[in-house]
Amino acid sequence: MSAASTWAARHLQAGLGALGRLVRHPLATLLTVTVIALALALPAGLWVFVASARAATGDVAEAVEVTVYLKNDVPLAQAQQLASSARSRAGVATVTLVTADQALAEFREFSGFGAALDALEGNPLPHVLTVRPAADAEGPLAVEALKRHFAAWPEVERVQVDTEWVQRLAAILELLRRALLVAALVVGVAVVAVIGNTIRLEIDGRRAEIEVTKLVGGTHAFVRRPFLYTGLLYGVAGALLAWLIVAGATAMLARPVGHLAALYGSRFGLEGLGLRQVGALLGTGLGLGLVAAWVVAARNLARIEPRA
Amino acid sequence: MIAFDRVSKRYPNGREALLNVSLRIEPGEMVFLTGRSGAGKSSVLKLVALLERPTRGTVTVDGANTSTLPSRAIPAFRRKVGVVFQDHKLLMDRPVFDNVALPLVVADTPLREIDRRVRAALDQVGLLGKERVLPSELSIGEQQRVGIARAVIAKPPVLIADEPTGNLDHGLAVEVMKLFKRFQEVGVTIVIATHDLPLVQQFGQREIHIVDGQVRDGAMAEALPAAAATPPGPPSPGPATGLRAGPGPDPSTLPNLQARR
Repeated sequence: MSAASTWAARHLQAGLGALGRLVRHPLATLLTVTVIALALALPAGLWVFVASARAATGDVAEAVEVTVYLKNDVPLAQAQQLASSARSRAGVATVTLVTADQALAEFREFSGFGAALDALEGNPLPHVLTVRPAADAEGPLAVEALKRHFAAWPEVERVQVDTEWVQRLAAILELLRRALLVAALVVGVAVVAVIGNTIRLEIDGRRAEIEVTKLVGGTHAFVRRPFLYTGLLYGVAGALLAWLIVAGATAMLARPVGHLAALYGSRFGLEGLGLRQVGALLGTGLGLGLVAAWVVAARNLARIEPRA
Repeated sequence: MIAFDRVSKRYPNGREALLNVSLRIEPGEMVFLTGRSGAGKSSVLKLVALLERPTRGTVTVDGANTSTLPSRAIPAFRRKVGVVFQDHKLLMDRPVFDNVALPLVVADTPLREIDRRVRAALDQVGLLGKERVLPSELSIGEQQRVGIARAVIAKPPVLIADEPTGNLDHGLAVEVMKLFKRFQEVGVTIVIATHDLPLVQQFGQREIHIVDGQVRDGAMAEALPAAAATPPGPPSPGPATGLRAGPGPDPSTLPNLQARR
């Protein structure tokens, strides 16, 4: 048998040995893995939410609109004139005139207040110009200039820019993204602590074996190896369970979230973890487990020396 | 093979276990360390096995000064010294095979060779066929022999034993001593700490007597009655042995413990 295959056999043996010990205590292992999985599922789930929200707001942000409310006494002909002069302004892509009658019909249809509206004398709604900025004038400054330009017209009651709530949403999403980073960091520390403590207990429990192994000439690396595999397995198992938790939660929430989004006329929907994200999750679990085991083993194994 | 040069050992609790001890043990020698409990026998063995380092003086084993040996060289050093304990220090939750194989496993021995040598070593101590048995299912004498098989399987040039017969009746003790004698015959240097003086007399090897942490070479031997004038060498065949003594092992095949099957 070559040196390489002997080496591979040793690693296989250490890995399988670690796996065997985990399987022999299924309840304890399951508890530890569950704690790790819940910790990892938190940032992973948050990621799903933030990523979905960003995807959903992406197309909203493109649809920046400047809504120009004309004064109530502006007649339709004048409104049409204003619309065509607005069209000729630089930085304007399209202008849509929503007449008072159209607006009332729309309101009657969608608000459910049809009967109440019938009680009104005449139409209380003004004519409205919906202005979409050109692609090169969608920046906040250009939109602001557009807003001031229309606000200066004497026939205009009020100008509203729809970017405001988009910006607020973007700010909230940015906050969530930062929270995600902080949560990931905190969770990383927690996972290292959980795995590290579990391995410390296992080292204590196997003290006699470690002493004898060192006595017969086992190197530090040899003694440490099974514990590194234990940490690695805990991390990977925790990440796998976290994936299941997130996938399950996403599947359970997909319908109600879709329904809610539809009520708001949004295309928002939960996007599950993709292949890359699952890879990152498993890699993170593996890395954290290995780091935790390494740190704890370095500290604790050096203290155990054979005694006569 | 083993040299102590003015060695003193003081433990952290202040106990002075050895005082200015100098001794030499030649390659292939079998030596008994005698003395009362607490005289310092165990300390000598611990210093040889590098379980402790001397407070003063130097301990040299197979050319290596244990005081200056870097810690990364300790595993290789320990593979050269087989150790047998009175309480055998077996892993009770592992079968006999795993216990005996451990010194080969840590040395990255190929699996097939491990299998062969474990069986050879178990055959040597008369326990062939007990590979899958847990140590707790064995008698104390058998457990001790598993411990010996573990100590010798990696063919260390030095074998030390701390009261290896302490828990055994005389018959079993003789068997165990004969086993050690056979390893000596193939060139292993052996140091056995014991207070079983009749046994020491019976085997007639050099005796290093330790009193209060100091060496009194041969003092005890003179103080004993002449009843123990048995000639050196293996005594007459003892009582029925559990050992597979057979017609006597072929010494030339013993060192690699692979002779049998």
